[in-house]
Amino acid sequence: MTSPLLLSLQLALVTASLLLVLGLPLAWWLAFTRFRLRFLIESLVALPIVLPPTVLGFYLLLALGSRGSLGAFWARLTGHTLAFSFEGLVLGSVIYSLPFAVQPFTAALASVDRRVLAASASLGASSWRTFWRITFPLAVPGIVTGFALSFAHTLGEFGVVLMLGGNIPGHTQTASIAIFDNVQMLDYPAAARQSITLLAISFLLLVVINGLNRKRNWRLQ
Amino acid sequence: MNEAASSAAALRVEVHLPLPQFQLRCSFQARPEVVVLFGPSGAGKTSVLDCIAGFRKPASGHILLGERVLFSSGQGVNLPVRQRRVGYLSQQPALFPHLSVRSNVGYGLLDLPRSERDARVDSILERFRIAPLAASRPPAISGGEQQRVALARTLVCEPELLLLDEPLSALDVTLKSLLLDAIFDWQRERAVPMLYVTHDQAEAYSLSRRVLVMESGSVVADGEPHQVFTAPFRREQAVLSGYENLFDAVIQETHPVLGTMTCRLAGSGLLLESPLANKAVGETASLALRAGDILVATTRPSGISARNLLSGRIHLIEDRDGMVAMSVLCPAGDDPAGHAPAGEGQTDFRVHITRGALQNLDLQIGQPVWLIIKTHSIQFLRN
Repeated sequence: MTSPLLLSLQLALVTASLLLVLGLPLAWWLAFTRFRLRFLIESLVALPIVLPPTVLGFYLLLALGSRGSLGAFWARLTGHTLAFSFEGLVLGSVIYSLPFAVQPFTAALASVDRRVLAASASLGASSWRTFWRITFPLAVPGIVTGFALSFAHTLGEFGVVLMLGGNIPGHTQTASIAIFDNVQMLDYPAAARQSITLLAISFLLLVVINGLNRKRNWRLQ
Repeated sequence: MNEAASSAAALRVEVHLPLPQFQLRCSFQARPEVVVLFGPSGAGKTSVLDCIAGFRKPASGHILLGERVLFSSGQGVNLPVRQRRVGYLSQQPALFPHLSVRSNVGYGLLDLPRSERDARVDSILERFRIAPLAASRPPAISGGEQQRVALARTLVCEPELLLLDEPLSALDVTLKSLLLDAIFDWQRERAVPMLYVTHDQAEAYSLSRRVLVMESGSVVADGEPHQVFTAPFRREQAVLSGYENLFDAVIQETHPVLGTMTCRLAGSGLLLESPLANKAVGETASLALRAGDILVATTRPSGISARNLLSGRIHLIEDRDGMVAMSVLCPAGDDPAGHAPAGEGQTDFRVHITRGALQNLDLQIGQPVWLIIKTHSIQFLRN
């Protein structure tokens, strides 16, 4: 049986990695498109920041349950529903943490000097080469920040996980929910242990990220 | 000869692009030569370069480099920037800050085998005397060094056309002439067309035998520097080129035998002898006169070849750094050339003299003076 803390870390790592893969192209599009309705997409991406997690969790529960279209499709494919499963948690977390990855990614990509990108093109580089050799390396601090923020945010997720995961120990009971359970059962020492661990992990993560970015910025100036 | 020289070819440009301030309507050709694009800020010089480089898409027209079609609205061709083989250098070096000088310079050669790329990068680093900086990153080197790296990075790709947008305006004079020499040597060796944008007239004189003057999105003059700068074509360009006196006039008489014309200035009716131009009696014309081409005398001069002697009164004396600008009001009526006095009002002449002349002649505001203007210092503007 997986401990709540390990489960939380797994969920955060999978979610942040998925957001890196999916969020980067979206951020690239947002940073460089001239599409006039871009602000609509930006608003949609930012929605999870303002929405109560329970609202998001409720809609996801409807969609992922066996009567929901996505849930039914998944059930036909795999034999079990998305709701109350780790995969369901991943899907919920990806949506819930989307802005925490995409917004820093977009800001970082958009802040790369356009004249430098123009120079790359005029030296014969394709968009692909320009991205991997120039845009991406110059945006790394923002991309690392986005990865770390989405990781940390998923780690601390509560509402969506509770609505969607159903608090099944070993499967969908994450650290933040376990803390809540322990407090409900008046097991304060257990809640304290888990809380201090989460606090330490989150703080360390931010210290490492900020330290790395600072060193790098210093080198590029 | 190397491959670039043999494929070097003429540039033919005809672009039309509506811009917020004006219509860019620009048409010119350039052989493998240095052509200066001259004009005030906002005349559309950079927009033209952007169209040629591919950063901007013209609404219509064509851009041809030898046999290659870079852009053609008729054929529906708009070659991407990366396929144009056009070198572009602006005031901003725009180096890749995270790559070493060596990697910056080698960036355009990534598709070449390693050994060939290294050889070409080494040779251009030597040539531009930046080999000692090869391992440095751009933020660690000076602005002049950065611009040299940017130049090397552009030239190492053997572009078939070079676009330079005031590339050296941020550098000091010594460094500037050093880099200019390097650019010109390269251009002579490769024999590719090169467009050099500047709004500095002195620079335009020193750089090229051919200057295209741009104004509000159009090429308004094309020729050798002394032609385009001494024979202004349009009012705005005349002001830019240092013609402080601009007058509207009507042709009163022509003297084909003498090679002169008599022009009556609008407003004052003052008469001026000008060089003979392709104008008929009664036609209107615009005249331009440099403030520094007017002589000042405190008594009426005699035995002088200049055809225009005007009496007037000093209205204003301004000390500007190094020289004195005066305004002299001349009424019609005093007419040494013997024309009938006519008209009314006065004409305001801007006159530049040295501080020494001001002190020597002890000129004061309100003092009567004589202005002496040579016939051939008067220029006609194209309307």
